[in-house]
Amino acid sequence: MNIHPTTAGMTLAGILFVLGLISMLIRRNMIFMLLSVEIMLNAAGLAFIVASSHWAQPDGQVMFMFILSMAAAEVSVGLALILQLYHQLKSLDSDEASRMKG
Amino acid sequence: MLFLIPALPFFSALVLILAGRSLNKAAVSVIACGSMGLAAAITLVLGLPFIQSGGHVIVQHLWTWMQAGSFSAGIDLRLDALSLAFVFVITFVGFLIHVYSTGYMAEDADYSRFFACMNLFVGAMLLLVLADNLLLLYFGWEGVGLCSYLLIGFWYKDPANGYAARKAFIVTRVGDTAMAIALFMLFQYTGTLQIQQILDQAPQLWAAGNSTIVLIAFLLLGGAVGKSAQLPLQTWLPDAMAGPTPVSALIHAATMVTAGVYLIARTHVLFELAPAAQTGVAVIGAVTLLLAGCSALVQTDIKRVLAYSTISQIGYMFLALGVGAWSAAIFHFVTHAFFKALLFMGAGAVIVAMHHEQDMFKMGGLRKQLPAVFWVFLIGSASLSAIPFITSGFYSKDQIVWLAWSSVHGHTFYWIAAITGAFLTAMYTFRMVFLTFYGSKVSHHTPHAPGNSMMVPLYILALCSTLAGFVELPHTMGHVTLFSDWLQHVLPAVQLQQESTALEWTSQLLAAGLTFLGIYIAWVWVIERPDGMLRFSQMPFMRWLRKLWFSGWAFDALYDEMLVHPFVRTARMNRRDMIDRIYTTLARIMEWGHNILARTQSGILRWYIMGVVLGAIVILSVLIWRVNV
Repeated sequence: MNIHPTTAGMTLAGILFVLGLISMLIRRNMIFMLLSVEIMLNAAGLAFIVASSHWAQPDGQVMFMFILSMAAAEVSVGLALILQLYHQLKSLDSDEASRMKG
Repeated sequence: MLFLIPALPFFSALVLILAGRSLNKAAVSVIACGSMGLAAAITLVLGLPFIQSGGHVIVQHLWTWMQAGSFSAGIDLRLDALSLAFVFVITFVGFLIHVYSTGYMAEDADYSRFFACMNLFVGAMLLLVLADNLLLLYFGWEGVGLCSYLLIGFWYKDPANGYAARKAFIVTRVGDTAMAIALFMLFQYTGTLQIQQILDQAPQLWAAGNSTIVLIAFLLLGGAVGKSAQLPLQTWLPDAMAGPTPVSALIHAATMVTAGVYLIARTHVLFELAPAAQTGVAVIGAVTLLLAGCSALVQTDIKRVLAYSTISQIGYMFLALGVGAWSAAIFHFVTHAFFKALLFMGAGAVIVAMHHEQDMFKMGGLRKQLPAVFWVFLIGSASLSAIPFITSGFYSKDQIVWLAWSSVHGHTFYWIAAITGAFLTAMYTFRMVFLTFYGSKVSHHTPHAPGNSMMVPLYILALCSTLAGFVELPHTMGHVTLFSDWLQHVLPAVQLQQESTALEWTSQLLAAGLTFLGIYIAWVWVIERPDGMLRFSQMPFMRWLRKLWFSGWAFDALYDEMLVHPFVRTARMNRRDMIDRIYTTLARIMEWGHNILARTQSGILRWYIMGVVLGAIVILSVLIWRVNV
């Protein structure tokens, strides 16, 4: 079967994104939720690379570098927040953080 | 000057309401009795021209009360012979009762409130009789109803008094509603509420016997029946004796209960155009006087005897109005006011002397201990029983008895009722006198004689009860017609079916004979053979009859079953109010929706993320659809 490389790449990016999304919805451990966010970000980045190769333009690559640096910053902030939450709740279960209930 | 007559009592009531509590008793007495005395004096001054001619009229227009489109009503006062008779009685007897009350209520803490209410009452009553239009009359009508409520429930700390006051107000309200409907209809047909204009227009608008005017007359009769405690609205008056005795004397003997008589006399043209209604007036009067007379025969409380007696005597006045003997009714009103106020105040003197004991069977032998009270009470009782020649009651009541047969609207039944009523009156009155004043002393209290402030009004009224009759002597005894001639310009003279001196003599002799028979039976009953009477009254039928009469022919029980219980039952059925439930159901639906939606706010992070994802899916699908389609 002859699949156009762009289509294949986009499909892969889509599947990776949905996998990341589902794993974020399923998992209760906050570290794993952060991991899932990383998967989603990387999937988005893959979509950009595939698109730039399709249009033979360097914009996608530049965008991917932005995404990477943003992901790094976001992980550090996220880990800091998780540390604070662990300090408060003494557990990494995100269902414990339900004081906004009702 | 006419406006001063009602204005003075109103003004003093205002002063007493605002500043009464800070004044001492002497100041309150002076203000209250002073305003009454001044009003009485002004009445005498204004009444002088009336002596020469009964057709004299004084009209005073004060200001326009309201004006709406074609309807305008003003504060208009009118003094003619009829209203002068009433104003004279109200101010004069009212003044005497106020003076008496300064003695009677001297120990009471709410002295100024009492006099404020009494003056307010007199002001409203004067407005009622001086009103030239029916709206102002209705204002006075409602005002006296209010003051009656305030004064019956004067000692409000006892809930029984409050109940009696409410009963009086609600029962008279039924009559007031009927009267209001009559006023509406009168306005609808004549376009005015001015009394004189209505009386002029009525014969042109309606032929005699027209159903509209009959309905209006019956509604007016309904109003009169409520205020005057006649059948079927008579149940409130015996319970109204819960108020202080001066209240009973003023309101429930001399003035307020005669407002119905005044109304019918004032609108006599309407009643003449509605023969069915006039017959109704007479029948109600005749039946009521018999029922009340029987009830008075078995009462134990001295004030209740007098209350039923008042109902009975007003029945006489209604009977007179019903047969067309207008001035006879007013004459009886004047004499009745004198002797009934006298009797009530005398009873009050006895009650106070016996330390507020009202049961006649616990009194006795007071003749020796309270001689002055005994003599004035005896004069009042003689007048009530219509002892011949020497009392005013004789002249007025005998005139009604005779005219009940001889008037064109008269009927033998009315005459029989009136004669039987005279017999009963003599019997219950002298039963009361003998139980209270004769016999051996029953109570352990030593009665102390009342002071001058209470006795002097009694002496004056005793004098009036004796002398007031001589202005109107029947055909058979000199034929003096001062009173009816004087009233002739306002109230038409009675038409007789036949003039017969012999029949009139027969009627008078029979009436006098029955009166003395009644007194003799009362003597035997109470003094001579009380044991024999006791054995007679223990027979089963007599016991049942006594119970029936004691409760006023069981009207209270009847109204309870007919009106009160169904109403209470229906109110209880609707305890969880149906209309309220509509609104609470709306609220409950909102709450239910809220509870469902609140469950989405679980505080769990993943649910919120799911919400975002679902929303994104929805928006993307919509976009893709729209782009593709």
